[in-house]
Amino acid sequence: MSSPEVALQSLDTLWFQVGGTVCNLACTHCFVSCSPTNHTHEMLALAEVRRYLDEAARLGVREYYFTGGEPFLNPEMETILAATLEVGPATVLTNGLLLDPGRCARLKALADASDYSLDFRVSLDGWDATSNDPIRGEGTFERILAGIRNLHAAGLNPVITVTEVCEGTAGDAGKERFFTLLRSLGIERPRLKILPVFRIGAEAERGGAYESWQRLREGEAPDGGWDHLQCSSCRMVTDQGVWVCPILVNEPEAKMGETLADTLGDFPLEHPACWTCHVYGVSCRT
Amino acid sequence: MGAFGPNPEKVRPLLAQGQVLAIQGNYEESLAAGREDCNCGYTDPRDNHFAEISYRYTERNCSPEFKAWMGTLPQRRRVRVGEHELLLVHGSPRRINEFLFHSTSPVPFLEVLLDQNRCDALLATHTGLHWHRRLPSGRDVINVGVIGRPANDGQTHVWYSMIEAREEGLGVELVPLAYDHLGLAAEMRSEGLPEEFVETVLTGWWTTCLEILPARERAASRF
Repeated sequence: MSSPEVALQSLDTLWFQVGGTVCNLACTHCFVSCSPTNHTHEMLALAEVRRYLDEAARLGVREYYFTGGEPFLNPEMETILAATLEVGPATVLTNGLLLDPGRCARLKALADASDYSLDFRVSLDGWDATSNDPIRGEGTFERILAGIRNLHAAGLNPVITVTEVCEGTAGDAGKERFFTLLRSLGIERPRLKILPVFRIGAEAERGGAYESWQRLREGEAPDGGWDHLQCSSCRMVTDQGVWVCPILVNEPEAKMGETLADTLGDFPLEHPACWTCHVYGVSCRT
Repeated sequence: MGAFGPNPEKVRPLLAQGQVLAIQGNYEESLAAGREDCNCGYTDPRDNHFAEISYRYTERNCSPEFKAWMGTLPQRRRVRVGEHELLLVHGSPRRINEFLFHSTSPVPFLEVLLDQNRCDALLATHTGLHWHRRLPSGRDVINVGVIGRPANDGQTHVWYSMIEAREEGLGVELVPLAYDHLGLAAEMRSEGLPEEFVETVLTGWWTTCLEILPARERAASRF
């Protein structure tokens, strides 16, 4: 049976793989398999980002997200954020390891200087070193917490992003453990986002790959069609062109073109990761 | 017409007496359709818990006739003010429950939205936070505020908007409105509405439904 297709309703959210696939960590569940040595996608330069920002503004894009790899490995990251905040709100997904007090103060100044929101998501995969470090790397729990503390001290309140690799996270009790941890850091208004795992990249090795039945099929569309999927309103820019979404950047068939204008058409929901987005109601947006 | 406050049926004669032109919001749409929830668009369990309480209360306290009338309301209205074509919607022209916050509604996005909807000014609400942005094209986007809940700024008054044709263009005034908030709080308590809602009315700070606030609006929030 053939796969359904999703139409782009409106290009609201534009992602930038600003750190490429280069990361200072090599998390065992990373669906993009980012690592210090993964150069599948290189970092984006300010000039490239500006070119897409110009096109995005003409198309009426509403918000911008930055991910990697680790975005703050990109030496132009703060300038890129300043350029972005001239045209719209921005969110950075980071592992928190490069958030020293000086950088956090500069980021707060950027946030204060803009009409638009600047938000941060810091990834954490456990409520202590025992649960987090086997996933994200030895010693990372304390270093991530230091980054979160620095953001908080600068007056920035990040969303903590946790995947369901951390057992029990999805339930209310699991969420409360994270809220308790964040409150213990002095964060009075903790923010939390839970994401399921995508069984691709490094996660396919760690937790197992998709099974053959985990696919979307023609005729299975819910009443509202496929508009609930983030690919109905987003695209992802890498150094090699424009991809359908932030999940499938390692899939050559998910590249849709070189410019945003190339990518405004339908996309076939053939990949098993599309099944996860549908079944779990995933959005990579905050 | 419902949601946060007590006794929604009291609104109905006021609208009729004042010959007020109304539009449907997500509450009206959900109540008229007999939906199980308010379709407010929250994902946080705590937000959804309190959203469910207010929806259930409103659902119980609106007559079938009132709900049927809500179902007759349009989801958008076009109003001409002088030379200006105004489009009135609840959330956005695209979705009845889309949140148009000031810090996440950038100018290029709004220009395209107004182009697509062929209007000189867009008037929306839904977020509970009022703002006005005059676009480089000279057009206006106004989140007109709400009169059912204070604007999460530590002040007990609520907000509405005055729009009028002026020689120099569209006049937009965001107006604070003081009212008997102590009386409202007493009425909410007598109706058994959650103390969290009452606290908001008494302090001007939101205590629920905070998850949807963008970073900037959340930073300005007490909770």
